[in-house]
Amino acid sequence: MATIVLDDSGAPKRQERGVLTGMGQGTERVVLGTAFIAVLFVVWELVTALGIEPPILLPSPSGVVSALANLFSSSDIWADLAESGKELFYGLVLAASVGITAGLSIGWYPRLGYFFDPFINFLYAIPRVALGPLLIVWLGIGLSSKVALVFLIAVFPVLVNTSSGVRSLDQHLLRVARCFGASDLKIFRTIALPGSVPFILGGLRLAVGQALIGVFVAELLGAQHGVGALIDNAGQQFQTDIVFAGLLIFAVAGMVLTGLVRWLERRFDAWRV
Amino acid sequence: MAIARVSMPPKQAAGAASQASAAGAADHYLYAGQVSIAYAGRGGETMLAIDHVDFVLERGEFVCLLGPSGCGKTTFLNAVAGFLPISSGQLNFEGQPVSRPGPDRAMVFQQPGLLPWRDVLHNVTYGLEMSGRMRRREAAAHASALLELVGLADFARSYPHQLSGGMQQRVNLARALAVEPELLLLDEPFASVDAQTREALQVELLGICKRAEVTALFVTHDISEAVFLADRVCIFSRRPGRIVREVRVNLPKPRDDVRLKPDFLAYVQEVAGVLASAAKAPSNS
Ligand SMILES: Nc1ncnc2c1ncn2[C@@H]1O[C@H](COP(=O)(O)OP(=O)(O)OP(=O)(O)O)[C@@H](O)[C@H]1O
Ligand SMILES: [Mg+2]
Repeated sequence: MATIVLDDSGAPKRQERGVLTGMGQGTERVVLGTAFIAVLFVVWELVTALGIEPPILLPSPSGVVSALANLFSSSDIWADLAESGKELFYGLVLAASVGITAGLSIGWYPRLGYFFDPFINFLYAIPRVALGPLLIVWLGIGLSSKVALVFLIAVFPVLVNTSSGVRSLDQHLLRVARCFGASDLKIFRTIALPGSVPFILGGLRLAVGQALIGVFVAELLGAQHGVGALIDNAGQQFQTDIVFAGLLIFAVAGMVLTGLVRWLERRFDAWRV
Repeated sequence: MAIARVSMPPKQAAGAASQASAAGAADHYLYAGQVSIAYAGRGGETMLAIDHVDFVLERGEFVCLLGPSGCGKTTFLNAVAGFLPISSGQLNFEGQPVSRPGPDRAMVFQQPGLLPWRDVLHNVTYGLEMSGRMRRREAAAHASALLELVGLADFARSYPHQLSGGMQQRVNLARALAVEPELLLLDEPFASVDAQTREALQVELLGICKRAEVTALFVTHDISEAVFLADRVCIFSRRPGRIVREVRVNLPKPRDDVRLKPDFLAYVQEVAGVLASAAKAPSNS
């Protein structure tokens, strides 16, 4: 039986009550989501246990887990994590601060937009990972070229989203503010800034995924340490279990960061209809 | 022009203006002489919304603008608020040509226009914060009192999306009243409120305007609302809007229980008659 319920956002939501009768929606979501993953793992384990695929092509889940355990028992992994973590963190922080600041200014001052938009569109259009070799020539093979690549890849979603957030502000609210004699600075602080928060967070969420691509590609182009370099080396030596372990680390990092942004989005969702 | 940019206390500005200019226009609180307002239509031609309107508003008056939908009432109000430039004619507020919005003229818009990220209380303090006239705590106390007045004291901590349209409109009104404007411009503020609340709000509004010595220009297309509130009702023709008739409502105030009295009903009938002929006749004839 399906019933239509109105949640507080006002949108009708279909709620299935049958197999999983009596469970709250939150629990139901978690149970179903976990169930799929569990099934996937069982099938995977079976496929490898039955020898359908040789372990060198597809390691078993238990093999991946033990590879992961092995990795974490050596001290090298910490150096890799630290290196990739630094690239990701510095790159993202730079991308967020530059992207938000530039996006707000470009959105707020139309002339600044006219001035920079063509250049931004040009940069946005080229595949930015292709800038990697150039960055290595310019900045060397160390941390800075990698941070620069992560930054370049991640800054655009933030910048473009933020500026379109400011541009699509509710004109009526701006009129209300002007009616009360608000200065431009006050209008910016009380309307433009809070009004574009959802756009900024959306941009950040995209940026996290892009930044992880940046970290991986940057390390492919040459690196001593890093989870991307680890995956690359393991792959060349057909240590697929370590490749999978590395992928898992990337996935967890991405999920944690995206979850963080989602959590922020939900907090600001309180007033969104 | 230079004078208009300096923010002088309003009374002083008016005094300066009437000394500077000997024209009769300067003697009125709000003066519109032969005001026309046109919008740029598609393809370069212009669309006349307000057509040579003469209008005067004196300090302390409550005047209602009544007219068929689309006749230009909102347009005229926007021009008085300073949002919209007039195409020709003369529009003076306290002797100065209206050039831009100011906190001396607060507008209650047709749409509530509340900030969705502020709770009700802080929506009401918004105008005060913007004009920077009160400290935060003072502003909050002031706003609470106004929320009490519009019957939303229990909703101070709610967010706009949790309110009904009518409740949002009452917050909108409280926000405008909070800045204690001299001239209150209201654009069908009670259109989305239920009949009973509307009548209560009308009574409150009259009381507030009297107590705070606020001058009010109130747009509506509800005839009995206009008669109940107004000292004068100005009736617009169809677009392009012109004032076809002015009805002075000589009912004593307070008018709390005037609605069933024969004089009130007679006024309603008179205004309805004018409005009906205004809506029928092409305004250019
Ligand atoms: N921004 C605009 N651009 C072009 N035309 C406009 C604009 N705003 C209003 N108009 C036109 O001007 C005329 C008057 O509009 P206005 O909003 O002043 O009417 P109104 O009397 O307030 O109507 P209502 O009672 O329905 O609110 C309308 O015919 C409308 O089509
Ligand atoms: Mg209107």
